[in-house]
Amino acid sequence: MIRLVFYILLASCSLLYAKEPSGKTILEEVDANYIAENRKLISTMVIKGRRSTRTLQAESWIQGADKAFTEYLSPAREKGSKMLKLEDELWIYSPSTDRTIKIAGHMLRRSVMGSDLSYEDYMEDPKLSNIYDSELTGEENINGRDCYVLELKAKKEDIAYYRRKLWVDKERYLPLKEELFAKAGKLLKRLTVNEVFRVDGRWYPKRMVFKDVLKSGAGTEFIIDSIEFDVPIPEYVFSKASLRK
Amino acid sequence: MIRFLIKGLLRDRSRSLFPVLMVSAGAFLTVFLYSFMKGTMDDLVNSNAKFDTGHVKIMTRAYEQLADQMPNDLALLGVDSLLERLRSSEKNMVWTPRIRFGGLLDIPDERGETRAQGPVMGLGVDLFSPESQEVDILNLQNALVEGKLPQKNNEILISEEFAKKLGVKMGETATLIGSTMDGAMAIHNFKVSGTVRFGITAMDRGAIIADIKDVQYALDMPDGAGEIVGYSENMLYDDDTMLPLTQRFNDNFLRDDDEFSPLMLSLSQQNELGEYLDLVDVFGGLIVLIFVVVMSIVLWNSGLINGLRRYGEIGVRLAMGEPKGALYRWMIYESMITGFIGSTLGTVLGLAISYYLQYTGIDFAAVLQKSTMLISNVIRARVTGWSYVIGFFPGLIASVVGTMFAGIGIYRRQTSQLFKELEV
Repeated sequence: MIRLVFYILLASCSLLYAKEPSGKTILEEVDANYIAENRKLISTMVIKGRRSTRTLQAESWIQGADKAFTEYLSPAREKGSKMLKLEDELWIYSPSTDRTIKIAGHMLRRSVMGSDLSYEDYMEDPKLSNIYDSELTGEENINGRDCYVLELKAKKEDIAYYRRKLWVDKERYLPLKEELFAKAGKLLKRLTVNEVFRVDGRWYPKRMVFKDVLKSGAGTEFIIDSIEFDVPIPEYVFSKASLRK
Repeated sequence: MIRFLIKGLLRDRSRSLFPVLMVSAGAFLTVFLYSFMKGTMDDLVNSNAKFDTGHVKIMTRAYEQLADQMPNDLALLGVDSLLERLRSSEKNMVWTPRIRFGGLLDIPDERGETRAQGPVMGLGVDLFSPESQEVDILNLQNALVEGKLPQKNNEILISEEFAKKLGVKMGETATLIGSTMDGAMAIHNFKVSGTVRFGITAMDRGAIIADIKDVQYALDMPDGAGEIVGYSENMLYDDDTMLPLTQRFNDNFLRDDDEFSPLMLSLSQQNELGEYLDLVDVFGGLIVLIFVVVMSIVLWNSGLINGLRRYGEIGVRLAMGEPKGALYRWMIYESMITGFIGSTLGTVLGLAISYYLQYTGIDFAAVLQKSTMLISNVIRARVTGWSYVIGFFPGLIASVVGTMFAGIGIYRRQTSQLFKELEV
């Protein structure tokens, strides 16, 4: 009888263990879902400011976690503006001045096109498990989806968001909500995913809202109009010369 | 009698020299300190009025709350029509729109790569409209060191010190990297047409002046301006005229439920300048008060010493039957003469040095290197009508009051004791 009870308890513990992956495992699953060898996407940003709303469209080519190239397609004022990320360096190109300017230092904290995203966000390593330690702290339901709640803490000091809190869809391993904090614990930004879609076997956010809580306005809606994974991208795209083309 | 008194004073220098010197020193210090403080504060007010506050300034309510941050996302829109209304309703004022902005000024090399870069504060002003008086208000023609004032679009003036630091030459391209009204990055090419010396450290460190239309285009602010400043036609600030004007405007335009409705503030309501102006008045009064009190005490003491020295003389005069009241008045007349002479000398000297510093000034550039205040590096005194009287009358009063205190001793002398004292 005692042996039977022991086996039942052991089996229960194993089941419990199997149901609760570690924070690290969940974060690696999130990264695996997000990161591809390369991606090409067309996106729309709707920036809801304090006085007006602006809509921008851009085409981006992204290779792994280190290289990215974005060209703005509209509105007319921004058309032809480009951004190039090569590892930890970022350049922007302004067609009206024909100038290529390296963004560094405090300029990285500035808003991208007036949105709630900063250049620092653009430069961030998208593979979160590279830069954060993760801990599973609970479970919550977000918009009818069961989610793991992860608390992330940066592995190094010099980072834009020292702590993050993620609500990750248990089934799709897709973060549905995210809160980003400064080291002092102050909430800086909030990300809410409003719509998801499935592309090439991956679940991906279709519409999401970034909100810089220190900024007025209703946030920036980021909409992925189209996305392709693992498409060949010529190497010249990720060169400074391509900025002026 | 006066001639007799003066003779006495001149012949007995110990009776006149020290009080005259004391009163002169006090009157001189009062005149000089008042004039120098007046000059400093006037300069602070004028510099602020020229480059920042105007005599009145119009902003949105939201902009005003964060004005130090130059929040152009909260700027006034529909500026042309507002200016039109202001120019027709307040005809005795000069109205002009301005955009203040910050950013980086980037100087490219021949390949378009960054050659030099530095943080810059910019002022977009109306340089080209026929009715604009900005060139005169900002004294740009006189401040020009090299090159010429902007003649066409996208030409800018850059502070001389900043131009040297960046190594930028006339006619070269300077790219402004700033923020648009929507918060996006603004990148705009200008051409340097001239360098200027503002004489204000905060601006000489790194400032540019561009035409407001170019700035509106660069920062994507069509028909927008951070502020509209107004100046009285005679360019003299008068709080009694400006405060009713602000009240009138705010009654018509300011809406509690609209954070972007325009709000007008007078110079004294901005940058705590009203408090500074009040402070000058308080300090002016304080200087006079301290002067009168301290001088009275010093001259009282001097009178007592003098009374001791003239103990015998006063005793003889009393013994000979001179009334105490007459003797007391006599001493007061003497003090009036020494006070008059001392005050005149002190005031003349104070005015002379103040006038000299009004024209030459003292260069505080080395001290103000890290200053962010809009105040000239060369601080000058300013002689006003008050400078002529602020030292003179207190000098006269202190001299008389000091003697009045010291002379009270006369009434304590007992006639019966006088001969005994004289025998001794």
